Amino acid sequence: MKVPVTVTVNGQVYQREVEPRMLLVHFIREVLGLTGTHVGCDTSQCGACVILMDGKAVKSCTVFAVQADGAQITTIEGLARDGQLHPLQEGFWEMHGLQCGFCTPGMILAAYDLLQRNPNPSEEEIRRALEGNYCRCTGYHNIVRAVRYAAEKLRVQA
Amino acid sequence: MATRYFGVAMKRREDPRFITGRGTYVDDLTLPGLVYAAMVRSPHAHARIKAIHKEKALQHPGVIAVFTGKDMVDSGVKSLPCGWLLPDMKLPPHYPMAVDKVRHMGEIVAVVIAQDRYTAEDAAELVEVEYEPLPAVADGAKALQPGAPAVHDEAPDNVCFRWSIGDKEKTDEAFRRAHRTVKLELVNQRLIPNAIEPRAAMAQYNPATDEYTLWVTSQNPHVHRLLLAAFVLGIPEHKLRVISPDVGGGFGSKIFLYPEETIVTWAAKQVGRPVKWTARRRESFVSDAHGRDHITEAELAVDEKGKILGMRVKTIANLGAYLSTFAPAIPTYLYATLLSGQYEIPTIYCEVTGVFTHTTPVDAYRGAGRPEATYVVERLMDRMARELGEDPAEFRRKNFIPPDRFPYQTPVALQYDSGNYEGALNRALEMVNYKELRRQQEELRKQGRYIGIGLSCYIEACGIAPSQVVGSLGAQAGLWESALVRVHPTGKVTVYTGSHTHGQGHETAFAQIVADELGIPIEDVEIVHGDTGSVPFGMGTYGSRSAPVGGSAIVLSLQKIKEKARKIAAHLLEAAEEDVVFEDGKFYVKGVPDRFKTFQEVALQAYLAHNYPPGLEPGLEASSFYDPKNFTFPFGTHICVVEVDPETGKVKILRYVAVDDAGRIINPLIAEGQVHGGIAQGIGQALLEGAIYDENGQLLSASMLDYALPRADDLPSFEIDHTVTPCPHNPLGVKGIGETGTIAATAAVANAVMDALAPFGIQHLDMPFTPEKIWRAIQTARTA
Repeated sequence: MKVPVTVTVNGQVYQREVEPRMLLVHFIREVLGLTGTHVGCDTSQCGACVILMDGKAVKSCTVFAVQADGAQITTIEGLARDGQLHPLQEGFWEMHGLQCGFCTPGMILAAYDLLQRNPNPSEEEIRRALEGNYCRCTGYHNIVRAVRYAAEKLRVQA
Repeated sequence: MATRYFGVAMKRREDPRFITGRGTYVDDLTLPGLVYAAMVRSPHAHARIKAIHKEKALQHPGVIAVFTGKDMVDSGVKSLPCGWLLPDMKLPPHYPMAVDKVRHMGEIVAVVIAQDRYTAEDAAELVEVEYEPLPAVADGAKALQPGAPAVHDEAPDNVCFRWSIGDKEKTDEAFRRAHRTVKLELVNQRLIPNAIEPRAAMAQYNPATDEYTLWVTSQNPHVHRLLLAAFVLGIPEHKLRVISPDVGGGFGSKIFLYPEETIVTWAAKQVGRPVKWTARRRESFVSDAHGRDHITEAELAVDEKGKILGMRVKTIANLGAYLSTFAPAIPTYLYATLLSGQYEIPTIYCEVTGVFTHTTPVDAYRGAGRPEATYVVERLMDRMARELGEDPAEFRRKNFIPPDRFPYQTPVALQYDSGNYEGALNRALEMVNYKELRRQQEELRKQGRYIGIGLSCYIEACGIAPSQVVGSLGAQAGLWESALVRVHPTGKVTVYTGSHTHGQGHETAFAQIVADELGIPIEDVEIVHGDTGSVPFGMGTYGSRSAPVGGSAIVLSLQKIKEKARKIAAHLLEAAEEDVVFEDGKFYVKGVPDRFKTFQEVALQAYLAHNYPPGLEPGLEASSFYDPKNFTFPFGTHICVVEVDPETGKVKILRYVAVDDAGRIINPLIAEGQVHGGIAQGIGQALLEGAIYDENGQLLSASMLDYALPRADDLPSFEIDHTVTPCPHNPLGVKGIGETGTIAATAAVANAVMDALAPFGIQHLDMPFTPEKIWRAIQTARTA
């Protein structure tokens, strides 16, 4: 039995029929073909699948696609606007905040959520806010710098 | 040649695709008609397979096929090979799926192929396997005890190999005449790599051409192709193309040929449709090759002056249930050969027993043998310094190999090419303000605060080589690297490297080398890797070999390109070849720099061949295979400062300072990133990580909930510097930096924690230093 869902992803409306048990992350990756959102675990620990749902960071492996019915979703593919990288994307690039790139989309969107709540976070606040996102490559050192870079740039822009 | 890119902290050229979600990992790929594989895995560590009933699974809607180990073996599939053989080593067969017995939890017994991921997983639960559970043993030392359950009939005592290095008699003699000796019993616990991208494989078979394509998360696609084709599936090598696209971290775990990609490739032909498998994280925990798992007795002997006389080491290395691709090399040639560390040690003797257990196979994990060696050496150095009442930094300094002794022959086979160990130590001590720090430590102890300072002076050996030597030691492969440089008619350049990047930034660092050598803009250089269909051959990326070996191969090809281009330029300039100078991308006649031909003009002429040297072939490309003359030997000093809270047992890292010498640095931004990540994994082992098996061989730490990986708030920011002692025997002077952090950090943290606990009289604890373990140790010490 399939049920209809309507979601807006990166500004585009999608209507699809899905199994009720389908995870949102699989819906995004396999039904919509947006593969920037990754799956790194099966226990909601790693954060590679973080997206923004109605403006808030969620682990899309812990949400059923049907629960996203009517939601506004932003994935990593939708973060840059008009060819302009978001300051977080820029920060990760400038500060070498990524190596293999696998955790990066989730990391950037989790940091996006943080900067919405706290535009000027300390190192400790950044580290605490990102503790739900694993990175095995960078040791987080440059991720912290990347988030600070973005925070500063966003404050200047505001 | 003017350097414009080498040594510059350029931001990475590969990043735009990753920060915008346009990377392409194996699980992102799809094909028309794609079907999915789900593995049926054993819940038992050791059991006889009495029967496998496929019927219910086959009746499930959407299921296409169910295969067992017997189906594969009956069709001619062979055992997965082991790529490193030691004398008298037992090599029991390792089939992609268990045939008669399962020997570790998570071993595959059947595969279900279905139209989608969810259906395949559902049906995997419908495969009924009748097991007769058998007693199991997970611990390396227990597996050696008489009466322990045997993992393989071929090795009834569970011994895979007994191996030794060094002079036993001379070492025993050194201990007999020693002024002082210390002994440590060390457990280097088993780790689970946990690259954030789970392993994945997708295979396609084309019956019209009899060709296979396998997309796989691999650090070395040519090695995968060779092993799969020639040893396991019997596919002609030229009929199998292996592509390893973007890979989400490896740390060793994606070197090896695993059952899953073998099953998927084989099954694609059986079902006539492309097949994909992606590990769930729980599968990664039980099927990715694990790391470390040593039990060691280590002793150090010194004379009256505190100079080291000898070292004696006995190690039990748990290899798991089967020999993974390079497993025998890790606790032998990559471990015991490093036991001299940075020190003048007249004699060393080390015995290693490789043991089978009912656990997931163990193989190379970041550092691979070298972190284990550093842990032994640096714990012994600290323990002896304390025994002698000497400062640990000064005790090390006194025993360093002095800079004028290079090349230095150790008693455990290696010949170090270069080193200046005191330079790195001094810089690290200066960075932490060591004397003042010791004074503060003293002060704070009076206030009941327990600060610990830990040093780790490490040596690494990377770019394992030359091939002839590794062959004599048991390697079943050469360890050179290849590079094809193709100059296009417009002067743009494509480099096909046998190295593979899965986070290391080759697309930037290698391009920096090429752009400098040819004097062209970096935008004109493309680095291609990870596809056996385009790259001539490659041994891949592991053991910090990409820069020293892969990079050197590129340089060799560039030299050939420049030689040929000079011939063409000389012809165009109507000058003698030896009079033509190449500088900043221009060929000119010596002394007449304004009469020149650009690299691009020469490239064009190479393809037009209109105005061309007689007898010279058209075209401008060159291929090279670089076989290093020796290992490279990065070294450095790391210092960790911790505070232990005696009320909770929690360790907080206050500072982490790293001074590394990896020779010349191609891109400092990337190099520092490698050090950061390495340190994090080293700290992870010291404080958090550890695979736990119960008595029955059940892996209890089989998810990210149960296995503690370092999170952002577990780690500090790191303070990094480096010294530069160029490698004397490769054309770039580089040594490799991918593993230094992991090799150094574990011992630095361990020594810091033990230093903090010294006032309690605690001399040694095994890792990981969890709050509970430390709290209990303090309570025990206080009541004693």
